[in-house]
Formats: sequence, structure tokens, C-alpha cells
Amino acid sequence: MATDIIIHDEKDNVGVVVIEKITPKQDCSCWVMENDKTVSIQSADEIPLGHKIAMTDLNEGDTIIKYGHDIGKVVKSIKKGEHVHVHNVKTKKW
Amino acid sequence: MFTMLKQRNGNNMEIPKSFLGYKRENGRAGTRNHVIILPVDDISNACAEAVANNIKGTIALPHSYGRLQFGADLELHFRTMIGTAKNPNVAAAIIIGIEPKWTKRIVDEVSKTGKPVEGFSIEGAGDIETIMKASKKAQEFSIWASEKQREECPISDLWISVKCGESDTTSGLASNPTVGNLMDKLEPLGVHLCFGETSELTGAETVCEKRGKTPQAQEKFKKTWNDYNDFILKEATDDLSESQPTAGNIAGGLTTIEEKAFGNFQKIGSRQFIDVLTPAEEPEKGPGLYFMDTSSAAAECVTLQAAGGFNIHLFPTGQGNIIGNPIEPVIKLTANPLTAVNMSEHIDCDVSKILSREMNLSEAGDELIKTTLRVANGRLTCAEALGHKEFVMTKLYRSA
Repeated sequence: MATDIIIHDEKDNVGVVVIEKITPKQDCSCWVMENDKTVSIQSADEIPLGHKIAMTDLNEGDTIIKYGHDIGKVVKSIKKGEHVHVHNVKTKKW
Repeated sequence: MFTMLKQRNGNNMEIPKSFLGYKRENGRAGTRNHVIILPVDDISNACAEAVANNIKGTIALPHSYGRLQFGADLELHFRTMIGTAKNPNVAAAIIIGIEPKWTKRIVDEVSKTGKPVEGFSIEGAGDIETIMKASKKAQEFSIWASEKQREECPISDLWISVKCGESDTTSGLASNPTVGNLMDKLEPLGVHLCFGETSELTGAETVCEKRGKTPQAQEKFKKTWNDYNDFILKEATDDLSESQPTAGNIAGGLTTIEEKAFGNFQKIGSRQFIDVLTPAEEPEKGPGLYFMDTSSAAAECVTLQAAGGFNIHLFPTGQGNIIGNPIEPVIKLTANPLTAVNMSEHIDCDVSKILSREMNLSEAGDELIKTTLRVANGRLTCAEALGHKEFVMTKLYRSA
């Protein structure tokens, strides 16, 4: 089965789109690299190749986990299946 | 992170225990058999290039520095010069400088390896006489080196350095973890490994610090990264939030510097580093993974790692970096299917099938091990065949 989204680590709350783009309400197949499992999710937004999708509902102040690690904080609440990027996530570094 | 080991090492080919290398006088082994003509300083480039032009089987390593440097910057210059000539991929070396004293300092250190090395200084003799004398010696070295044969060497004679460049999301997803998989499989066999890129670990620095095997290694990493960060804060007109990630990174889907850094960090798999090296420093704590304090600029980083004694390099790329090095073969891999096709003349190992799930990480790691051994045995890398030989010295500050 074709993989639409790849998730690095089972602890991650985001996945990465690996097809040209996914469209709203698309049923997507997600491969979790760490344990070789497959999960599915329905997208809420159009999301291009290389960009992230929320695998769960996220509230303001929550931490984004990718590679099993903290990669930033949620600054605007995100629903499962929505696009995760600079409009709703910021670095904790600066 | 550590749980990844079992999945990533799941299937598995049997890893060859040896490769065909050039045994050197000091017990190291080379994957290449270069005779180098090394200028000590910028104004000796013309002489070095003339000698390399005269004598087949030699290569000149011109560069831009070596005059009126001082302090730590001068020490780094010497470390890079000496380390480059000492590298086991170099069979013999001709050193040419304007003045005898600095030239001799390099010759004396390189001769400790037992390899043929001879120095020439130009002052008082002029280019033409120096070229004549150095060419005679270079011819002798070249003919001598041409008789060296590859012999069976244990895989532990491989010293592998890594650095990524022109990264995109496919780097963090697949090509960097492929290098990490190779590290996880080869470290137990006694190879030396090295990663660098102090700046591009920003955001993952505390996690990286914890990968130090000893409190001393952790402390050294922390100090190295803090020194770098202090330098950035001193020189930068603002913080790096406007440039890290870059506009291109953001367009490609990278949101924060932490995300970029963790993508980079995938290259070391689940390994722990045993020591932190200054730029161009040779490791002395035996087999295992080392962190070297380097720039994240590709040619500078690889030049420093080669000077540290590493004899084969792995370079994952997303958008297609084209770097090579004159003495250390640079193997490029990509997981970006477009780069693998559109820039195929630069890609030694295509792992793009990871993204379509036709290949898992362990299979990709095995492919990379096979490619690494073929190149160690003598197969030309794409960069070597294309004539890439970027030799770029790192300079710490302006000269006196």
C-alpha cells in the first residue's frame, strides 16, 4: 500500500507528507518508521510534500514531538489532521 | 531513541570483515594512494601546481592562507597542513613553503608517520629552481607509490567521517537515518567515526550533549557548543531566527531550528560519542564515535575531518550538494527521488525507495555499507570522477 505520511518515532505527534500533496478529507496511510506499523488519518487541510500533519489535537502551549524530541511549541491550537507549520508552531529557542 | 536499534538492525546482510586498502608505515590503512604537493602558504601555490603539472600521479592542494597568521588560528593552520599530509590516503608528500622554518615544522611532524616526505622553501632559490628540485623528488615519490598494492585490511581500519548538506525534509526522514544505521552496525566492528557541524546542532544541543559517553565528553561538548553560541551572539546583528531555518527550509516544511537540528542529528544513529575534538585534531581514544568542532560549510568541514585522519566520508544530501575532497573520497547519498534522477552524476547511493517504503532503513544501511566498501576498495566516487577536490582551510580570525 502506498505511504502518504511518514512518522519517525511512535512518540511523535506529527507526521511528514511524502507524496506531492494531500488534499482535505483524504484518508491517508501513515508509516511509523520506528516500529514499522501502519496507522491511518483523515486530513483536514491541503498539505504539500515535506510538510507536517497533526496526528492528534494540540492546544496552545503543547509541545510538538518529532524524532521523539521537542521541536517547538504550539502557539495556536491545532486539530488532528491539520497542517502544522510556522503559522501555529514556534521555536522554544529564541 | 535507543529502541530504534532492534527495528533498524532487524534483517541484515553479513557485514564483510575486511576491505582492500594501502597499508601505511604507522599501522594505518589508506583507501587511496595519493602523492600530494602541499603548499604551506598562498604564495607557494604556483610552485606546487607547477610540480604537480610536471609529475604524473601527483596532486597539488592549493589554498588561500598561511601568511601572518598567529595564535590559535596559526595552530589550526599547522594542524590542518600536518594532518592532511599524515592522512593514510596520502602515500607520500612534498611540502613547499616560502620560508624554511614553517616548512620544516610540517615535514618533521609528517615524517613521524614513517611515510616519505620532503620539504622545499622558495626564498633565496626562486620558483624555477624549487620546481626543478621538488619535481625530481616528486617523480621519485610517484614511481615509488605506484608500486604499492592494495592488501586485505580489517574493516576497523576504516575511519569514517560524516556531514550532510543542502538538506531538505528527505534528509531527516531517510538519508541521515541511513548513515545512522550504518554507524549502529559498524561501530561494534571497531571503526572510527566522526560527526561535526557545531552550528547545525543548535536546538538539539542538550540532547546531543547527553550522547557523550562520559561526563568529560559531555562537558567538553557543552563548552564547545557554548563557545560557538557566544561567538554567534557576539557577531550577529540579531539572533538566528531570521536565518535558521532558512526561507528554503521553511518552504520545504521545516518549521523550527530544533526540527532541523534533530534531522541532522539522525546521522549518528543511537551511538554515543567518546570524545570531542578541536578542528582537525586526530582522535586518540581508540575506535568509536567522535564529535569534531567544525563549521557546517561542507568543504571546510570535510577538509578538517580529513586532516583529523578520516579516510572515507559519507555525505547525505537532499537538494543535491556536489562537494568532493582531494584526499578523502566523499560518498553521496540521497533520499530525494528528484535529486537522485536530476543530479544522478553526483549520487553514489540512492536510498529514495525508503520514502515509497520499498526499502526499510536497515536495507538502506546495508546498501550504504556495500557502497562504502566498494569505494574503500578503490571504486571512484562520483565527485572523484567529476574532479571535485575542494580543499578549504578554516580560518578563525583575520591575519596580523
